[in-house]
Amino acid sequence: MRHETLAGQPRLPTEVSAMNAASLNVKPAYLNISNVWKAFGEFHALKDISLDIREGEFVCFLGPSGCGKTTLLRAIAGLDLQTRGSIHQGGRDVSTLPPSKRDYGIVFQSYALFPNLTIAKNIAFGLENTKRPRAEIASRVTELLKLVGLPDQGNKYPAQLSGGQQQRIALARAIAISPGLLLLDEPLSALDAKVRTHLRHEIKELQRKLGVTTIMVTHDQEEALSMADRIVVMNHGVIEQIGTPTEIYRHPATLFVADFIGEANKFAANADKGGVSFGAKAFRSAPHQFGPGTPVIAAIRPEDVIPHGPGARSPGAPDIVQQPENLLDVTIGEMEFLGSFWRTRLRGKELGDETLIADFSINAARRLSLAEGGALTVELPEDRLLVFPGRA
Amino acid sequence: MAMAIDTPLPAGRTLKLALDKDEAIKRGLMIVIALYLLVALAAPLYVMLSKSFSTYSFDLAKFEFQVSDSAGNWGDPVTAAALNGELNAIPEEKLGTNSDGRLQATSFFPEFSFRSPVKYKIRGTTPDATYLVGLQLHSGTEWQEFDSNAFRRVMLRPSRAIGLENYATYFSTPTLFRSIENSVFIAVISTIVTVGLAFGFAYALNRSCMRFKDAFKLVAMVPILVPSLLPGIALIYLFGNQGLFKDVLMGASIYGPLGIVVGSVFFAFPHAMIIISTALAISDQRHYEAAASLRASRWRTFWTVTIPGARYGLISAAFVVFTLVITDFGLPKVIGGQYNVLAVDIYKQVIGQQNFEMGAVVSVILLIPAIAAFVVDRMVTKKQVALLSARSVPYQPKPNRGFDALCLAWCALIAVFIIGIMVTSQFAALVKLWPYDLSLSLKHFAFDRMDGGGWGSYYNSIRLAALTAIIGTAIIFVGAYMVEKTEGFRSGRSAFQFLAMLPMAVPGMVLGLAYIFFFNDPANPLHAIYGTMTILVVCTITHFYTVGHLTALTALKQIDQEFEPVAASLKQPLYKLFARVTVPVCLPAILDISIYLFVNAMTTVSAVVFLYSKDTALASVAVLNMDDAGDVAPAAAMAMMIFYTNIAARLIHLLLSKVLIARTQAWRAR
Ligand SMILES: Nc1ncnc2c1ncn2[C@@H]1O[C@H](COP(=O)(O)OP(=O)(O)O)[C@@H](O)[C@H]1O
Ligand SMILES: [Mg+2]
Repeated sequence: MRHETLAGQPRLPTEVSAMNAASLNVKPAYLNISNVWKAFGEFHALKDISLDIREGEFVCFLGPSGCGKTTLLRAIAGLDLQTRGSIHQGGRDVSTLPPSKRDYGIVFQSYALFPNLTIAKNIAFGLENTKRPRAEIASRVTELLKLVGLPDQGNKYPAQLSGGQQQRIALARAIAISPGLLLLDEPLSALDAKVRTHLRHEIKELQRKLGVTTIMVTHDQEEALSMADRIVVMNHGVIEQIGTPTEIYRHPATLFVADFIGEANKFAANADKGGVSFGAKAFRSAPHQFGPGTPVIAAIRPEDVIPHGPGARSPGAPDIVQQPENLLDVTIGEMEFLGSFWRTRLRGKELGDETLIADFSINAARRLSLAEGGALTVELPEDRLLVFPGRA
Repeated sequence: MAMAIDTPLPAGRTLKLALDKDEAIKRGLMIVIALYLLVALAAPLYVMLSKSFSTYSFDLAKFEFQVSDSAGNWGDPVTAAALNGELNAIPEEKLGTNSDGRLQATSFFPEFSFRSPVKYKIRGTTPDATYLVGLQLHSGTEWQEFDSNAFRRVMLRPSRAIGLENYATYFSTPTLFRSIENSVFIAVISTIVTVGLAFGFAYALNRSCMRFKDAFKLVAMVPILVPSLLPGIALIYLFGNQGLFKDVLMGASIYGPLGIVVGSVFFAFPHAMIIISTALAISDQRHYEAAASLRASRWRTFWTVTIPGARYGLISAAFVVFTLVITDFGLPKVIGGQYNVLAVDIYKQVIGQQNFEMGAVVSVILLIPAIAAFVVDRMVTKKQVALLSARSVPYQPKPNRGFDALCLAWCALIAVFIIGIMVTSQFAALVKLWPYDLSLSLKHFAFDRMDGGGWGSYYNSIRLAALTAIIGTAIIFVGAYMVEKTEGFRSGRSAFQFLAMLPMAVPGMVLGLAYIFFFNDPANPLHAIYGTMTILVVCTITHFYTVGHLTALTALKQIDQEFEPVAASLKQPLYKLFARVTVPVCLPAILDISIYLFVNAMTTVSAVVFLYSKDTALASVAVLNMDDAGDVAPAAAMAMMIFYTNIAARLIHLLLSKVLIARTQAWRAR
């Protein structure tokens, strides 16, 4: 999981998505979901979900298994009607319309390709009954096969294709009818890792090319971070946060988001004015509204911990220390080499009984000659030390 | 991760999906098929149940008479009860009757003469009192006047009451209730023997390296293709009064429990064998390797690995055989002699004595063990399915000369038994006059010279089987599709599922009798189908509904659940998906259902024996009737005709499967 976060950051289409978001902001919502609830008997799988999705946007529903992503997607598709609330698509109230009266293409985790029909017939399935002449259907199928990078495969049966190829056919079939909305339910989870990374890129490309508003359900944060314009983080049937990948990663709105996306050290802390204290020390932290003494949880990502040379505390030290109050003297416990960085477990008097997990680049480890048992001064950057309500 | 108490839903109505055409069609179809099952199954059974609690007696207080003198002056009104009190014309115990009972009004007037000038008046004291004048039914409290001549034709009708009297009568009549013991006894013995034999056979097929396995499998399936009457006839030929091997029995009689048990073993054997064989086939090689590595003896391995692994199969087989035997009618009818069993009692009460209420009582009693066996079997089957889904390595037997020889001997013995019965029956059909003139002839196939329906009955059977196969397969498959692939409408679907499972628990005799009650009621608008081919088709489809339904469900469950949503999102109608994807993918299962229905429609006797008419006599019933009439050789000949037909049907089915599967299942070959 960490491979992607080499420089402390996942690979993000940062600028692009920020720009997109800015320019998209002016458009009205294409899909409007308001106050949607879904009850299965006594159990509420969706609780008061409200959400706007703009035209052409790529949105991911991200959350742990069982949090209600599929349920929400199926409500949008009209496959499992929401118990309360309304859904508008393209200005039209589709809340209670049956699937056939809505406007979307869908790809399931199983692909649901018709096994007894050839690839070409699978793709053509939705084009028939539309008064289109045969030749036009055939040329559209050829075009779609080319679009998904599988020309010449039209006469094969689904079972003769690899998983990744089947996935693309399912996609081609869904977009054949040029739907206004593309729904993808964990489209990549049945594939092996390599194919998955490749297809991620392709789907994103295709979506950009077609400009089709897309919702993808996934429980894989990497997938969401690398593909989505905006991510909807869900948990226990509620939306925890909506935002661009960078916003979600850098500014998690809740402890759940901080914990679910990336990793975070969590410390039982007490709020101070302008900071928090935990272990045996007070730190300056990102701004928060808690009154002094309130029990809170302080969190910081392992890759946000900055290692400093031995002289960090002396005035005029070569390292650039941003916030001297947030310096910590620690000893290095176990070190684990994870391919592109070192994961270290740091302990120290100021931390009390707590352990701080920190990831250091190979460079930094070499430069500072980090070794198990060695001493080190680290800094918890003020703006990266986040404070959330709750007791540990 | 059960959650704490959820925040309540906001007030408001639960949303409902707007109906589209597909959904409307789906619900419409499901309602149609559910209605079919209601009319063809639930309603008849209900009527039968209520019949069994209906008692009929003449309530004399409900009728009032007035008599004139010869001058025409009317006397005082007097109730029939009062008259009977004076005269004691009808003793108390004679007042009970059945639904058909009638009581001549003149019984209360000893001085009655149809030539006298005396006139009579009758009326009911309550509006529900009914009486017949000739064929005309009257009721009500209005006086009706008759001259003596007409009064002769006045018959009082009994009134109906709900109660347990029929059951009381049943259990106080030893000749009746002893049948329960007999039936259970026969079924238990047959079950033990059949399951034992079938287990050995299946064990040999799965766990040995003996030769001729395919041939044995084929032979074991033969009894499915013949009516259960056939082993009865063959046994009579072998061990009956004029049997070749009569002396082998050393004075014991084949007519009675012995014959029923042997014949039951014959026809129940394949059913038990298939179930046990499936259970053995799924057990795991790895368990045996583990046992071997622990140096467990063969004997110990058998008891600690084999038997526990196959236990659900064994239990399931036992219950299936028990149900088959206790509900079978044909075999005990042919070979049972004086030994009464429940299924035959129903027939005797209804056909012999026209006592429909008592027939209904016996039916209800027969339903109890059948339903109990069915429930247990369903519970066990569920567990077995769970076992099946576990990934296991199939067992690979290793050659072992002694053991393989033993297996071969066991299977050969059973094969000889099955083939022996078939050969005997074939021989009986061809021999001129058993046992005196053993030269061969085809004269017993001249069915038209016999009672029982002649060749017409044979063609009727083929028509019935073909119609049942075609219509039944369509109904069953579409019904299963609706249950498996529709969203929502949950209570409707589970009610449907229950109705679809019910036929398995209903013995054929019970179903047939229920049909009489339901359809032979002039007040029923469906009365018109009574006595036609239609009712036979409906009854046969219903009788064999469950197995077809389960086969269809299994096939449908293997299809991706997301096809329907995908088709809907592509704006394609459901029927297109159904015709272009669902049916082609399920074609093997569909063909299996149709051949199953065909074969069973050819061989079944129990339900249709109550329902055929002169024009719709059936081959299987002809076997029964010819045997009854003493034309045993022609009966054997007709039974063999059924066998040939089923073989032919199976061959056609095989061929058709090959061709169709080659054409529609190309995708299966990678
Ligand atoms: N048909 C159903 N009946 C009852 N509970 C359901 C049903 N479908 C989903 N759930 C429950 O709703 C919750 C959300 O499910 P789902 O939306 O499938 O989660 P995911 O986020 O993994 O896609 C889960 O707890 C699941 O058990
Ligand atoms: Mg899901």
